Amino acid sequence: MTPRIEKLRTESLNAVNRISAERALLITGFYKNHIAFGESIPVQRARAFRYIMENKAVCINRGELIVGERGPAPKATPTYPEITVHSLQDLDILNSRKKVWFRVDEETRNAYRDIIIPFWQGKSNRDRIMKSMSQEWHDAYDAGIFTEFMEQRAPGHTVAGNKIYRKGMRDIINDIDERISRLDFLTDPKAIDRLEELKAMRIAAETLVVFAERYAVVLEEMALGESDPIRKKELVRMAHICRRVPANAPETFHEALQYYWFVHLGVVTELNPWDSFNPGRLDQHLYPFYKKETEAGTLTRDEAVEILQSFWIKFNNHPAPPKVGVTALESNTYTDFALINLGGVKEDGSDAVNELSYLILDVIEEMRLLQPSSMVQLSRRNPDRFIDRAVKITRTGFGQPSIFNTDAIIQELVRQGKDIVDARNGGASGCVESGAFGTESYILTGYFNLPKILEITLHNGMDPVTGRQIGLQTGRPGDFETYGQFLEAYRRQVMHFTGIKIRGSNLIEGIFMKHVPTPFLSLIIDDCVENGTDYLCGGARYNTNYIQGVGMGTVTDSLTALRIHVFEDKSLTMTEFVKALESNFKGYEELRYSLIYKTPKYGNDDDRADDELRNVFSIYYDAVNGKPSPRGAIYRINLLPTTCHVYFGSVMQASPDGRKAGLPVSEGISPVQGADTNGPTAVIKSAAKIDHLRTGGTLLNQKFSPSFFRSEEDIRKVSQLVRSYFRMDGHHIQFNVVNAETLRDAQKHPEKYRDLIVRVAGYSDYFNDLGEDLQEEIIRRTEHESV
Amino acid sequence: MKGIIFNINRFAVHDGPGIRTTVFMKGCPLRCFWCHNPESWSSGVQTFQRKNTLDGIEYCEDELIGREMSVVDLMKAVEKERLVMEESGGGVTFSGGEPLLQASFLREALISCRSAGLHTAVDTSGYAETQVLESITDFTSLFLFDLKIMDEELHQVYTGVSNRQILENLKWLAGQDKPVIIRVPLIDKISATERNLSEMVRFLSGLEKPVERIDLLPFHRLGKSKFRRLNLQGTAGQDISAPDGDRLNEILVYFRREGFNAHLS
Repeated sequence: MTPRIEKLRTESLNAVNRISAERALLITGFYKNHIAFGESIPVQRARAFRYIMENKAVCINRGELIVGERGPAPKATPTYPEITVHSLQDLDILNSRKKVWFRVDEETRNAYRDIIIPFWQGKSNRDRIMKSMSQEWHDAYDAGIFTEFMEQRAPGHTVAGNKIYRKGMRDIINDIDERISRLDFLTDPKAIDRLEELKAMRIAAETLVVFAERYAVVLEEMALGESDPIRKKELVRMAHICRRVPANAPETFHEALQYYWFVHLGVVTELNPWDSFNPGRLDQHLYPFYKKETEAGTLTRDEAVEILQSFWIKFNNHPAPPKVGVTALESNTYTDFALINLGGVKEDGSDAVNELSYLILDVIEEMRLLQPSSMVQLSRRNPDRFIDRAVKITRTGFGQPSIFNTDAIIQELVRQGKDIVDARNGGASGCVESGAFGTESYILTGYFNLPKILEITLHNGMDPVTGRQIGLQTGRPGDFETYGQFLEAYRRQVMHFTGIKIRGSNLIEGIFMKHVPTPFLSLIIDDCVENGTDYLCGGARYNTNYIQGVGMGTVTDSLTALRIHVFEDKSLTMTEFVKALESNFKGYEELRYSLIYKTPKYGNDDDRADDELRNVFSIYYDAVNGKPSPRGAIYRINLLPTTCHVYFGSVMQASPDGRKAGLPVSEGISPVQGADTNGPTAVIKSAAKIDHLRTGGTLLNQKFSPSFFRSEEDIRKVSQLVRSYFRMDGHHIQFNVVNAETLRDAQKHPEKYRDLIVRVAGYSDYFNDLGEDLQEEIIRRTEHESV
Repeated sequence: MKGIIFNINRFAVHDGPGIRTTVFMKGCPLRCFWCHNPESWSSGVQTFQRKNTLDGIEYCEDELIGREMSVVDLMKAVEKERLVMEESGGGVTFSGGEPLLQASFLREALISCRSAGLHTAVDTSGYAETQVLESITDFTSLFLFDLKIMDEELHQVYTGVSNRQILENLKWLAGQDKPVIIRVPLIDKISATERNLSEMVRFLSGLEKPVERIDLLPFHRLGKSKFRRLNLQGTAGQDISAPDGDRLNEILVYFRREGFNAHLS
């Protein structure tokens, strides 16, 4: 790392997360002063975007090579009052909460009190949504059956393809003008809507050029005043770059990255889309520039690394826009899920790993930042060297890069009806979601609490936590004569609640379509320009809505326990079981012991439990897959939690798998913590019993002690484990390398760590099975080995 | 025919090439001072008390160590890992205890694995009649052969048996057309002494055919708790420690300099 990158990195890590009222004040001023009075909504939105980009502060940090901030300074985070207006109480919570804290200074608070809140209160999109939703939706939402992504943030969740490396904004404007000239007012009833949208897109495209020119002007001024001749030259070059891109298609490596960054800022300033925005297949996009320049001698490897590192820091300067209330619990983190993809296959299906893939992995390892997150897309066509290199970084224990199965992703996308070339250009984004990069609007609509619905089924449709009847009356616990009858009741409840969720999401989607179009994002994703239709209104080539199922492990183990104890062994009645859950196992300690230690569990390649996994999958899949949305999207499922499994567990009583009230449910498709006791190969075999190809992504976390990554041979074997899982169509796997702290916790709570294997000496053993003295020894060694 | 198995480890990454399933067979004629599987000593099925803790309450359970398994059942268990074995170039390792104590079962299991197309390894102390070793040699793909202490008297002290038969067997095995990986437990002051290691190098250099590789296994102290649980007494189970990191590297370099394909695991 060069000294200036080290300085920038430290500054980024040390910068205080704070709320900036800059954007909120600008957009309030824009609407308050009726600047675009009388224009159509898309044009108004585009002009509001232009107003913000023309008036927000230009921020250039000392020594950086890529310029542009979303707020007035690193980690100064804008707000989006047209989407959700934070109350003074919200701001006070942000300013005082322990986790994911944001500083709110007096000036910001006053601006909110005097200007922003009075103008937007009752008129934000969130207010529109909350007023429109039905009682049953509110009941289910309040009970924690599902969450709603678009309540405080905008739909977005998409990834740039390679359009911006081929076209400058001027080229895109030409496309828009050409499209306008082809509008057919004779036979196309939507021609007028298209015209308004295209006009809005044109303004948005011009805006980004204006924004970049503002940076060029300041850079030129800085160059004049710069005494260091090297930096002076650099500033002149950077000013030149900002005049060249985004107006024109990039010609150099540096221009390509600066162009992307301006586009990124455009997307995250226009709105606060979930999962920020992503450059996607960075090694693929940049490689032509890298190759051309390194061959011509205009760029060295070290220079490329430094520009990339400067680019990396920009992402880390952007925490996720702050959420409040329940929504904050969905993903309670500063991470805004910008994800960079490496590897995979080319358009023709051949191995896409190149020199730059490895170079970027070096950057990831050295930068070690929360954002951007990184992942590798592994195809059977990719060389082992690539996966080994990625696993080696995983060893250092910061959870990156995660590993995805490109061959499975392509099949998932093709199954959804995408062209194979578009599918090959795709990948995963956010946490694990599959998408066709640059051509798809794939929107996550919310998490869905599968174990909670089992709890409601056990209470004949009543939520036992609140005592309210929110589900169907599908039978009292004592009414079920066979397990099949009970499973059918669960299925009906899942259908009931997915119905409520989908009706709600469709309504919200309609509100966004009407009120908050995104002309700027529409420039980047094909075929919005050609369709003359906004990204949020079905303009993209492909449109998908996901509902993310949570708690697969918990619900599987719970159903297994009910089936075995109540219907097979008949060791207790359903009524008795429900009583045990209601009393949080108080007085039922033996039962709980038997549930945890002696009942088959998902994650052990044991069909006595895994059969229920298949059942839950089918029920959930059938309830969601294929339903249409207003913009023409199709609903699909994926299985991931972010941090929502914690919230979902907090709204629940004890569950039949032995989990106590209020504790987190299982995450993703990982087994319940500590339930897998047959090692990682059994876990991947269990997890592969889900039909990953019918999802849009699943998340599997696997815990390992660092000792499994010691030698090259060890790393190879972990890679082989990954390859094995992917051969069974597993979608994603991530290694959680445990630290000493985790091992200490395992000493205290052995039941949660029954899966934890450690290397002892020439052999491995379950941590729980080791004597205390040996455990201590391992902890000391882990402390020593952790990087 | 049935064998007595006390554990099947489905993610064995240190018992030969690739990701392997290791089948631990019960019964062992040795009583190694540093043994980490004392439950394998006795050759019959045994019952022990196992304590599990939940919320601070201890639950005692009888736990059977060892179960009778037919070759057919064993193959069913092993087949679960076929895909992982194929993908990783792994296979099945028979370990123990001492697998040669159940030679006819072992032979049958090896034949079944071979006809199922699975790579096999036998992890042995080498303590058996040569003809017993001979009876399975044709059927395994690989041997993992433990070499502990070269001095006969010390071997007797620390493992309870003489090493004469073991060394004879290794000499014999080196003359067969079968890959052998030597496994050396490294224990401070016991096996990791200069004298022991140089004698080992001399012995291995004198073999008819060079060994495939040498795995050096540093053995750390194993707590006594496992022994306590198993009601085992005696010298075994005392605290032991591996040489420190610098010394381990020295040993690795030493073996490599002597021309061996040595690995520290």
